[in-house]
Amino acid sequence: MELSQVVQTIREKFPEAITEERPAAIVIKKEALLAVAQFLKSGELAFDNLHCVTGVDWKDKMEVVYHLYSFKNRFMLTLKVFLSLEDLSVESLCGLWKSANWLERETYDFFGIKFLNHPDPRRILNPDEWTDWPLRKNFDRPDFVRLPQSEGLKGGG
Amino acid sequence: MAIEQQKTPAGEKYMQKFPGGEIIITKSEELLKWAKGSSIWPMTFGLSCCAIEMMATGASKFDIDRIGSGVFRASPRQCDVMIVAGTICVKMGECMKKLYAQMPEPKYVIAMGNCAIGGGIFYHDTYSVVAGTERLGIPVDVHVVGCPPRPEGLINGILKLKEKIESKETYTHPPLAPSDHAKGGGLLPKAPAPKGGVEPKSGTQPGSPNNP
Repeated sequence: MELSQVVQTIREKFPEAITEERPAAIVIKKEALLAVAQFLKSGELAFDNLHCVTGVDWKDKMEVVYHLYSFKNRFMLTLKVFLSLEDLSVESLCGLWKSANWLERETYDFFGIKFLNHPDPRRILNPDEWTDWPLRKNFDRPDFVRLPQSEGLKGGG
Repeated sequence: MAIEQQKTPAGEKYMQKFPGGEIIITKSEELLKWAKGSSIWPMTFGLSCCAIEMMATGASKFDIDRIGSGVFRASPRQCDVMIVAGTICVKMGECMKKLYAQMPEPKYVIAMGNCAIGGGIFYHDTYSVVAGTERLGIPVDVHVVGCPPRPEGLINGILKLKEKIESKETYTHPPLAPSDHAKGGGLLPKAPAPKGGVEPKSGTQPGSPNNP
């Protein structure tokens, strides 16, 4: 199975969903995520395993990355969704894959991305009292010690 | 010997009771200090890789039973010393404060390894690592440097602590810094940090007691 086949299959069913096609991943619209995920899980594609959910902070936007695997077709698919900073929420996939529960909690824990309709939307690893998100680029706290600015390598050694 | 010169009836009586034995006269305080220094029981408490060296120190090759410290107690209520062996995470720091509070007096702390002393190599650019034991408001009696220290280093640290206990009149640990318990949160801030950030602390040593 090739990525182009997967893209082809999704395009047939959801013509507007895919916004970008990358060498190893596809970017889909946020609104279409739940429907596309449902389609990917059921049917011929049979992506029955969700083994990674994580986030990326691009400063001007956030990204949620899903790694899906199909045991039947022996194929791994990377699904990406971009979120604007004004609305950091995306539909939870807990109803489809049980593994999404903790993975989405972890993503919430580190990036502050809210997962709508999540059964247990709490922090998972960091202290419950925390109100900030450690893996965001603008993260800062009084006890957070940054690396001193490097002065570069000195020549003539 | 002094007891023979005095020749009190009681002394004579006891001397006669145990022929060949010797009597040592000492101050009870000295005896107590000697006993305290010779049975420093550590807590079964390891945080990361330094704990492996601590286990090796307790095992047969290095054998700290020789100096009376081989009795690793599983409860903080039966311990004399907490060997902080490893990197302290923010969440573990809260547990450590509780464990330290549960230990009975007199209690001592050995900071083993660079992480326990001042954060080591891990505290830069990490949201989760505490830069040393003293940052938690726990006073440290002996620092053992190394990454990790050799078992010989830890043994040396225990012997240094023993020296400290035996040298002073009544050695107790330095007083606690204004406790983080009072603030309730300790290292966990309730409110988000102000935007704009905090200047990186340059020039000060993060692990020093003057900079908690």
